[in-house]
Amino acid sequence: MTNVLVCIKRVPETSSEVRLTDDSMDIDAGYVGYTLSSHDECAIELASQIAEETKGTATALSVGSPDAAEQLRGAVALGCRGAILLEAELGQFGPVDIAAAIAAEVARRSDDGEEFDLILVGNDAADTGDFQVGVRLAYLLGRPVAMGISTVEIDGDRVMARGVAGAGTEIYSLPLPAVVAIQEGGVDPRYPSIPGRMRAKRMKIEQRPADVTPSGSGRVRLRRSAPKPSEVQILGEGPDAAAALVDVMYEIGVVPR
Amino acid sequence: MITVLAEVDGADVAETSLEALTFARTLAGGRGTSLGVVVIGIGETTDEIDDSAADSLARTFADYGATRVRFIGGPDVAAYCAAAYAAALVDAARQWQSDVVIASGTPRGTEMLAHAAVRLDAVMAANAVETLSDDPLVVSRQVMGGSILEDMRVDSPVAVLTVAGHAVEAAPAERGESSDSGRAAPEIERVEHRADPADLVMAMQRLEPTEQADTAALTGARVVVGAGRGVGGADEFDDVLELVDLLGGALGVSRVVTNLGWRPHHEQVGQTGSRISPDLYVACGISGAIQHLAGCSSARTIVAINSDADAPMVTNAQYAVIGDLHEIIPAVNEELRRRRG
Repeated sequence: MTNVLVCIKRVPETSSEVRLTDDSMDIDAGYVGYTLSSHDECAIELASQIAEETKGTATALSVGSPDAAEQLRGAVALGCRGAILLEAELGQFGPVDIAAAIAAEVARRSDDGEEFDLILVGNDAADTGDFQVGVRLAYLLGRPVAMGISTVEIDGDRVMARGVAGAGTEIYSLPLPAVVAIQEGGVDPRYPSIPGRMRAKRMKIEQRPADVTPSGSGRVRLRRSAPKPSEVQILGEGPDAAAALVDVMYEIGVVPR
Repeated sequence: MITVLAEVDGADVAETSLEALTFARTLAGGRGTSLGVVVIGIGETTDEIDDSAADSLARTFADYGATRVRFIGGPDVAAYCAAAYAAALVDAARQWQSDVVIASGTPRGTEMLAHAAVRLDAVMAANAVETLSDDPLVVSRQVMGGSILEDMRVDSPVAVLTVAGHAVEAAPAERGESSDSGRAAPEIERVEHRADPADLVMAMQRLEPTEQADTAALTGARVVVGAGRGVGGADEFDDVLELVDLLGGALGVSRVVTNLGWRPHHEQVGQTGSRISPDLYVACGISGAIQHLAGCSSARTIVAINSDADAPMVTNAQYAVIGDLHEIIPAVNEELRRRRG
């Protein structure tokens, strides 16, 4: 029986145009939708699979605004049985603070007799791209950690973690309890079932302020990358343009001789 | 001194590490300090890297401004273990009294520096692209998949930075650029690292090499042919793969292609896939979502083949051919075969 905590983050949907607030300190929430990053979606799937296979539990946790309840309910619809929201103004929180808030909650629950054997996090947050919450959390809890992992399976008192690296598949065997940072690519997130959606709708989310005084993210301001002016040269339409395209390939010297 | 972690393959230094060294040299120039380079995991003993390879690497690092080079080996770091590697890196940074530690933003560099940041009680800024001010240290870094930059104050006694791949062009030091650059023979140290047993529980157990999973071939390819939803199906890649073959390149696909199960994830280019910097990227049937552009915007030349002349992939390209890729690519393949005789 493996109890899994999966930590997720509500992030802006950045596939369309992103606007900044007037003080340039944040994304203007009025012009974007919110979602989970693909790493987090895969982490939820893996947490649900492990809970099902080991007859354990999967619990979702998010640090953020009350709006993150939407993403937590989404995780419940996908198989998590519990949801915890640690309320925080994310603009005041950096990765050190997020890790500290999660660690404090894990420790508090441990004191109450609730242990999480495995903690899954997304490899990095799709918005801030900090790449460090999982590692910082592991050090705070005194647990081993692996990053860039695509699949996990429980093998007795260890977790087998696999991740694709440059030269092949790297395999780690970590003693439980452990922290694993999940990278998209190992599993296909399931669609929520109707019973799952109903359960998510009824679910009471455990909600409390994050137990940390934030040290901040160091953000001075956000700004747009300088837009590159479009200088596209249309070589033509259809197969008649093939010769012009091959000319370009020869000009830049990429055709093998 | 600024400590830079370098990733090497034999006597070759990863291009992204040379970029990180170039970034670090600029920062060091502003601070009036020097550069030390650390290479970890050279084998079971510190002698496993032969003198000629060590000399070659040291010369390369010197060309990029390094005055000290430390090769770290030993049985405890023979296999990759982020915690043990980070401990070895931290040892070097402390002994060199470094107040900045830098690596490239590769999976290895990022993981090791996250561990190092905790051990040094340091603030870490991932995916930096430039330094905006030195005191206090403020860097600009990529967020939101690279579409937005965050100016970030890194105000701990030691700053830990990863440099976004291909955000900086690797360039050797010019003579006289700094007081130490261009030195012919940097000081070389060979150090055996003995790891804390607690760190070794995180060691990689084994590596299963698979040709199909060689993401290094994609990230290092001189030509990448990209394929998106416009290809139309898992069985519709023959023409694209032939173009890959004719150009001696690698196939890279959009996220929707992997989501649809047409191609495996390790071929994905984008924010959650590989970031590439080929001389030529031919994007076929790819609309050009921000997340995909984040992965391919460092290509030297982008050619889009797309039926929609207004697609972001087209407007972000240098050249485009408008039309059905299944008509255009066979004609391109035929033209390449014809010219090669």
